[in-house]
Amino acid sequence: MFLHYLQLGLASLRRNPLLTALMVMSIGVGVAASMVTYAVFRVVSSDPIPQKSSRLFVPQLDNRGPRYNRNGEPPDALTYTDAMALMQARRAPRQTMLYQVGLSVMPQQPGRLPFKALGYATFADFFPMFEVPFLYGRGWNADGDDARAPVVVIGRQLNQRLFGGADSVGRTVVMDDQAYRVAGVIDDWNPQPRFFDMFSSNGYADPPQIFVPFNFAVAAGIETYGNNSCGSGGKRGSDRESWLRGECVWVSPWVELDDAAQVQGYRSFLEGYARRLREAGRFGWAPNVRLRDVRQWLDYRGAVPPESRIALAVAIGFFIICLVNTIGLLLAKFLRRAPEIGVRRALGASRRHIYLQFLAEAGMVGLAGGALGVLLTGVGMFGIGLVFQPQIACLAHLDLRLVALSLAVAIAATVLAAFYPTWRAAQVQPAWQLKSN
Amino acid sequence: MDMQVGPILSALRRHKAGAVLIALQIALTLAILCNALFIVHQRLSHLSEPTGLDEANIFVIQNEWVGKASYAQLDAEARADLEVLRRLPGVADVTTSNSYPLRGAGWDDGIRLHPDQLTDTTGATVYFADEHFVRTLGLKLVAGRDFRAGDIGVMAAQDRLDPSQVIVTRALADTLFHGDTAVGRTLYLAGSPATIVGVVDRLQAQSVARWAADFAHRVVIVPRRLTSTLGTYYIVRTHPGQLAAAMRAAPAALVARNPRRMFDPRMGVLSFAQVRERAYESDRGMATLMGVISAVLLAITAAGIVGVTSFRVGQRRRQIGVRRALGATRHDIVRYFLVENLLVSGSGILLGVLLALAMNLWLILRFGMQGLSPAYLAAGVAVLLLLGQAAALAPALRASRVPPVEATRAG
Repeated sequence: MFLHYLQLGLASLRRNPLLTALMVMSIGVGVAASMVTYAVFRVVSSDPIPQKSSRLFVPQLDNRGPRYNRNGEPPDALTYTDAMALMQARRAPRQTMLYQVGLSVMPQQPGRLPFKALGYATFADFFPMFEVPFLYGRGWNADGDDARAPVVVIGRQLNQRLFGGADSVGRTVVMDDQAYRVAGVIDDWNPQPRFFDMFSSNGYADPPQIFVPFNFAVAAGIETYGNNSCGSGGKRGSDRESWLRGECVWVSPWVELDDAAQVQGYRSFLEGYARRLREAGRFGWAPNVRLRDVRQWLDYRGAVPPESRIALAVAIGFFIICLVNTIGLLLAKFLRRAPEIGVRRALGASRRHIYLQFLAEAGMVGLAGGALGVLLTGVGMFGIGLVFQPQIACLAHLDLRLVALSLAVAIAATVLAAFYPTWRAAQVQPAWQLKSN
Repeated sequence: MDMQVGPILSALRRHKAGAVLIALQIALTLAILCNALFIVHQRLSHLSEPTGLDEANIFVIQNEWVGKASYAQLDAEARADLEVLRRLPGVADVTTSNSYPLRGAGWDDGIRLHPDQLTDTTGATVYFADEHFVRTLGLKLVAGRDFRAGDIGVMAAQDRLDPSQVIVTRALADTLFHGDTAVGRTLYLAGSPATIVGVVDRLQAQSVARWAADFAHRVVIVPRRLTSTLGTYYIVRTHPGQLAAAMRAAPAALVARNPRRMFDPRMGVLSFAQVRERAYESDRGMATLMGVISAVLLAITAAGIVGVTSFRVGQRRRQIGVRRALGATRHDIVRYFLVENLLVSGSGILLGVLLALAMNLWLILRFGMQGLSPAYLAAGVAVLLLLGQAAALAPALRASRVPPVEATRAG
């Protein structure tokens, strides 16, 4: 029976091609606008490390005090001094510090030009903490942190460029005139947003290609390729040594804590640390610390660009207008068929049958609109690059889930929009219609 | 107009649904349209903001060093590079700096007027400069003097920033001294006193982000070459018409002097036009998106009004026939439907103004956008009124062609 209604609906749609086209287009562009902007939003608001995001935390420490901090919040990174203190305290099962580095890579083959490779100086725990997938070898171990041995973990792209993709563990890479031994090669790995470095990046960048031991990098004088924020009150120093010991923040800290007790424990440790610094005279204010997990951190750092939220909001508003438009057009279409309804009712069709028939017809409109919507979404995907930065735009894509969602949203929304017109259609009095005409 | 509104209202009361839907659609359209166009305006308005540079003749080289050298070596290398660039045909002047306008990131710092002041008077962009900076960029010196070769010092990023002399922009001078003479006065940059020796008319900051909008033109130029192992920027001004040729020749000439350097394939050598394009990419994209949405929105709303008004006309063919039979002219019928549409869209617009303001409030609270300017609201209202009337015109004309004989038909 329902199939019969679908056929009836299809026939009816063909009878009024202009009105039908208007409705289908209305639903189609509405769905497409929403889906294109949603495809971007889905990327920028996604959890980059869902299996662990509630166990990874950023400790923050206010070294600026109430006068110079921003809205009472501690800075978004640590000073070198505090970073080292937290590493040495080892109060979490795992902890790491990191800062951006950019080194010149000198290919061994003669005649090839040097190029820049970007990545991080970090500690051994980085790789297990963030579940970095390895293609060959592995990260350096805790001894490697302190050995200050020049080892490097390289990315898949760099390995391809330097070694043609072969297992390069144990081979040598020359960067900034320094030979590094390859400890491991990581597979394609580029969590988006780049939660672990929201201090120096806006969360979207090409995959990092080099990782070197933190202590080695600092000792070798490798400058940060990322941000350095000194605030307007603190001591900055007057050369590299005094800058390292000063109050400029540039190191991003991470700790892994497995349960609520550990989180509580770490928070009290941080407060205790800040209190001791106050007693020692470095801080002139009460402890002001934060311990945010991945999601809180991304939210706090504004990982979702305002463009994305505004575009999504406007697109949804646009879709609502398209739906209101569809309600009006369906109403016009259904009530124009009052005589037909009258005849059907007089011949024994119950109100329920009228409901089913017209909702089925609306469903067909929704399906057609959804199909058009999927098509337009596909076209719109090419336009994403116009609005969002390339690193974000290339992440948004039309997958099966989005296609299914487009169709489902189109059909559900159209059927929902059809309730009122259908109700009106079902109210048609058969007697009236039979009397006239 | 001697049209009686009473009958129209009572007719509307009998056929509420269509009217309410049109009004609602107009209200929502107005709300989105005003805000979308306002976003377009805001994004586009600073797109054409001048940086103060001679943009047509400037290009920028991002020079990254290979290997590790001492700061003294790096500075010597940079100076040798500047000489090479200066000798290239078509090149007018060359300077080196840590950054340039619209680059996106660089050095910002706090400015104070007194040494014992606790908080900054304002934030400002800091550009490092040599004695060629002002001339190369084509800045207009409106007071005081340019740097001399003897003023220029050398520093590394982590050294103390303590220039004894600075040049500031007029915008920064006005913020600090409210129109008084700035030359000869002292400001405190990162805690160190510096005397203002010159004022330039205009020079934009490196960031066009909204958080930096407050000090977009507050700039302090310090007489220092910043040496960094990360590299440096060479800003080149060419003679008119020589830009493309010089852009091609420059990297080759630098590599010929010393090959131990890298130019990023995407960012290494950029004309200022490219710099500008990159800086405002997302603004232009957002404006395009909002523009497209507005256009499609208007088309959809117009189509909806045509559809529903046609239906309302069809519903009342007999009523129209009766009126025509009773002596109403075709003109009267057209006017009837237009006035009816005006009443419906008018109420929609009233609601729409409220919705537009509410949406704007959300944008202000959530994204720190500015308040919707009344001009945009007025323009939106006008556009939708005209659109509504234009869309209703065709069905109204069709209604006027209903023959009086329709009154005699059953229905």
